[in-house]
Amino acid sequence: MSAPALQARGLVKTFGHVVGLAGVDLDLYPGEVLAIIGDNGAGKSTLIKCLSGAMVPDSGTILVEGRELSFRGTQEAREAGIETVYQTLAVAPALDVASNLFLAREQRRPDLLGKVFRMLDTGGMRKQAKQHIDELGITTLQNIGQTVETLSGGQRQAVAVARAAAFGGTVVILDEPTAALGVRETGQVLGLIRDLRERGLGVILISHNMPNVFEVADRIHIQRLGRGIGVITPHSHTPAEAVAIMTGAVALDPGGGTGPEETPATEG
Amino acid sequence: MTHVVEEPGTAAELLRPRDTAARRVHGLLHRMPALSPLIVLVLAGIVFGLANSRFYAASNLSIVLQQAAVVGSLAVGQTLIILAAGIDLSIGAVMVMSMLVTVKLYSSNGVPGPVALLIGLAVAVVAGAVNGFLVTRIKLPPFIVTLGTLSIFTAIALVYARGQTISLDPDSFLTWTGDTISFGSFDLTIGVIMMFLLYAVFAYVLRQTAWGRHLYATGDDPEAARLAGIRTNRVLLSAYMVAGLVIGIAAWIQIGRINGADPNAGLNLNLESITAVVIGGTSLFGGRGVVVGSLIGALIVRVFTNGLALMRVDQNYQLFAVGVLVILAVAADQWIRSVKS
Repeated sequence: MSAPALQARGLVKTFGHVVGLAGVDLDLYPGEVLAIIGDNGAGKSTLIKCLSGAMVPDSGTILVEGRELSFRGTQEAREAGIETVYQTLAVAPALDVASNLFLAREQRRPDLLGKVFRMLDTGGMRKQAKQHIDELGITTLQNIGQTVETLSGGQRQAVAVARAAAFGGTVVILDEPTAALGVRETGQVLGLIRDLRERGLGVILISHNMPNVFEVADRIHIQRLGRGIGVITPHSHTPAEAVAIMTGAVALDPGGGTGPEETPATEG
Repeated sequence: MTHVVEEPGTAAELLRPRDTAARRVHGLLHRMPALSPLIVLVLAGIVFGLANSRFYAASNLSIVLQQAAVVGSLAVGQTLIILAAGIDLSIGAVMVMSMLVTVKLYSSNGVPGPVALLIGLAVAVVAGAVNGFLVTRIKLPPFIVTLGTLSIFTAIALVYARGQTISLDPDSFLTWTGDTISFGSFDLTIGVIMMFLLYAVFAYVLRQTAWGRHLYATGDDPEAARLAGIRTNRVLLSAYMVAGLVIGIAAWIQIGRINGADPNAGLNLNLESITAVVIGGTSLFGGRGVVVGSLIGALIVRVFTNGLALMRVDQNYQLFAVGVLVILAVAADQWIRSVKS
């Protein structure tokens, strides 16, 4: 297997007396979908916030393609090639699809108008936006000039995923991307996730939806009470077993998974 | 009801409402927020023109424009702040403070006109920065911040000028904004031209630059804008400071209009600038609207008061009419803002 796209070692994050993360390790390889599952309060959100730069861990290291980095903000994580699709999507409803794709990354015209008068290259950005969306095979976004508020939930999700895919150099993190979607739209988003994997990106998928997770994930990281208690695959375990491990009803059989060699199955 | 046999489609397609005329109008008004105030302005122009032929006299139209110059310029600054989902109740007080500093430095302290003007502009920018700082760093609601600074800036201005009105020689540099260029009996002041320039500049900035887009995105949904990578606090602070600069320019236009500085010249402008922005179709919830709408809004107010005055309607009823306009404008905004996909 190639070198990991993203690694975390011993991530700790506490909020006063509450332990959000109690030393979590994680490996994400290029071209794989790693799902993170866990009950409420297991530390899923805290973990991805640390990985996406939205939160600074108290201790532990994050390595992107082998380089150790520490993010002080989402912008720094983004510059390192980590894009995040937030559950709230982080799109501006009144702006159009192309403007949202390039939000906070606008390109100026290369000529004098752009240099002196800081004029945006609206035409160029639209053309590129259309290209990105076509490349991803998103057929639901026909009109690039449409405002996002007029789009359906699935289309908005597609805009957010397209933005992450267009700029995500190494890793794309998706937080509950199918939570608000119908059956058909969920299928489209899962298709997009497979596309990202085929393009060689490392994809982290946070989801409560076991059928979705087992449909698309290569490996499943189980988070419980602030710890990563093990990594399983859709072949090694059934969804019911995953839920049982996640809720603590069953301890993870150390020989069962293909995850890290020594997985502490205990919890603090 | 006619019965149309439709091809079977998905639930979403079947449930999608028909494209009625009302929906098309709604869609158009939603995409073009300045359209509804423009229609009101044109209708008002037709009605008042029919009611009194003097309304369209060149001299009367130039008076309407001159009366709109100061509030119209302030409305540019107010639009920037409201688009960012803020509000500035202190805008008139900042203008008076800037105006008094400029004029007093020039007439009492012998500071050259251009230098006095630059200091006056700086005062307005600093006042904007104070509002912006309190909103972004201390995280106070803009309504409360500017309600407080309204009193503070007014008090500073009154103390500084000792409550006195200062008159200037109409030929001085500072009153240049009051000079007129005449086309027959149509008098265009430099101040009116400057107001139009302000609208041209900010229509460009809001539409064609990254800062403009970030301002809209921040006003629309600040959390989404922040997660998308926009430094929303910086955008907000800069909006208040740029608005301060615009207020300083409005102060210069006011100096030219009244040939000096009057500590009481800004009392109504705080709210009148908001009135112009709201009538102009910009949403008080932020993120929606165009700056040109505020120009139309300022003109609507002036056209109504002027037209009613020509019809010899009592001044109190002119005020009444403006109040009705504001409420109708906000009601229209509520309807237009709603999204039906």
